[in-house]
Amino acid sequence: MFYKKSQKITTIILFLLPSLLGLLLFSLIPIGSSLYLSLSEWDVIGGQPQFIKLENYSNILKSEEFWRVLKNTSYFITLYIPLILIVSVTVGMLLNFKYKGIAIYRTLFFIPVLTSWVAGALIWRWVLSPEYGVVNALLGYIGIKGPGWLYDKTWAMPGIVLASIWKDTGFFGLIMLAGLQGIDSTYYEAAEIDGASNWEKFRKITLPLLSPTIFFVTVISIINSFQLFPQVMVMVLERNFAPTHVFVERIYLYAFKYYKMGYATAFSWLLFLMIFIVTMLQLKLQKRWVNYDT
Amino acid sequence: MIHKETRKKIFFYLSATIISCFILIPFFWMILTSFKERGALMTIPIQWLPEKISFRAYQELFSIDFLFKRAIFNSIFVSGMITFITVMSAAMGAYVFAKIDFRGREKLFSLYLATMMIPGQVTMIPNYLVLKYLGLLNSFTGLMLPSIFNAFATFMLRQNMKSIPDAYIEAAELDGASQITIFFRIVLVLSKPVLATLAVITFMGAWNDYLWPLIILTERTKMTLPIGLSLLNGQYSRRYNLLMAGALISLIPILMVYAFAQKYFEQGLSIGGIKG
Repeated sequence: MFYKKSQKITTIILFLLPSLLGLLLFSLIPIGSSLYLSLSEWDVIGGQPQFIKLENYSNILKSEEFWRVLKNTSYFITLYIPLILIVSVTVGMLLNFKYKGIAIYRTLFFIPVLTSWVAGALIWRWVLSPEYGVVNALLGYIGIKGPGWLYDKTWAMPGIVLASIWKDTGFFGLIMLAGLQGIDSTYYEAAEIDGASNWEKFRKITLPLLSPTIFFVTVISIINSFQLFPQVMVMVLERNFAPTHVFVERIYLYAFKYYKMGYATAFSWLLFLMIFIVTMLQLKLQKRWVNYDT
Repeated sequence: MIHKETRKKIFFYLSATIISCFILIPFFWMILTSFKERGALMTIPIQWLPEKISFRAYQELFSIDFLFKRAIFNSIFVSGMITFITVMSAAMGAYVFAKIDFRGREKLFSLYLATMMIPGQVTMIPNYLVLKYLGLLNSFTGLMLPSIFNAFATFMLRQNMKSIPDAYIEAAELDGASQITIFFRIVLVLSKPVLATLAVITFMGAWNDYLWPLIILTERTKMTLPIGLSLLNGQYSRRYNLLMAGALISLIPILMVYAFAQKYFEQGLSIGGIKG
């Protein structure tokens, strides 16, 4: 393809230069130095990082805080995953019906996806206001006294879950739609001839054949759940409210408010480890329920 | 048979209504609140509609010392530049990975992909230190510079560029075209749809990004909209009409982009889902 070898080398270097430089400067070097940092104590302001071996890690694992963060994240995940799966499969099925006006729904479900998390969280902080918010007003109409939501230690996380479902439904709904469109319609036609009910069709055809997409959405949303940040920061403000302490918020706090860089990076590697373990576990368990033969 | 169809329709309209209400009520509440007077915010029972429509919140938003107009401009500029940098750098890299063979190419590419495993929170702190070392904290350059490397974007474009027939490139070479001409006139032109998709998702990501600008930018004149909004949230935490007006305004530009490029948004997000 090239007349001269030198010409080819120049082209390669020229074209790869920006991304290679970025790879080195903003990915490889940072990964290496964050491993080192996590083994040291450093406050950025003065002096050099002090090498302290695994002390950061053992301190974090010994702290009550780490386990609280893990518990809060698990609480989020247990509420969020079933809800987002139910709602997004429903949205996917709705968009898959070829009824009139479907384009409007498609746009409507998508608006929260476009909204920035900060704006979305602002809206939800107001919607969930215990005295003046819409949610408790609506609950009041049907005779239920709404909880204190973001100010209540049990209900704060469910409030954040609600906001997250609102934000993510359109996105995962579209992914479910893509999965549903991949299902061969002859299955439904055959079931129709056999006289299957809607529910039977859903249970015996839709769910098994959609399971790879459901699996994908589960993996992605669990990864996202470990990284939840803006919704917590904006909705809870800086109240330092223990029931909503989560990984990224802690890492941000330790690094950029307390300037404990070593401790914060060790925290971030533990976050990576958690995500890694949970994802691997899911990949292992998938053959029990995910159906790949079409 | 008809019976079954009817039940399907009932399911459709029932669940569509419930989910639509869930999506729409917060938006209506935002819009209604933004047109309320301060005194009408905290009433028991709540007032759904404003007694009289007031634009005070909007006027205030643009007149308080808080630089809201500036934040809008900053966000547009920064998101546009980040999009351009990401797409250009990724396209250049992708061209090499798709079309110019050299020893160790696949290994290097695997290295690009491997970096996707590490979550951003791990590299965020050293990245901050690198920029600090380079004296680029609190600057747009510092905010935008890390976008020169985006493994996912490179991957997405490479997959697409692989499908460009080699014959086109060889023919251009025989005509004496330089690699730069080939890149701009053939490769980029043929990749237009995927470039548009990538551009749209990158723009949206940059427009909504919160954590990275929060770390890098401390000066008020430099802040982007999400940072501005969260600052507003901290400062005027009970002035909901002001907050809702701000949230509403931050939505307008991205909705406009969406209106023009809906197709690319949806494509991009279903591909983007893979990235996580």
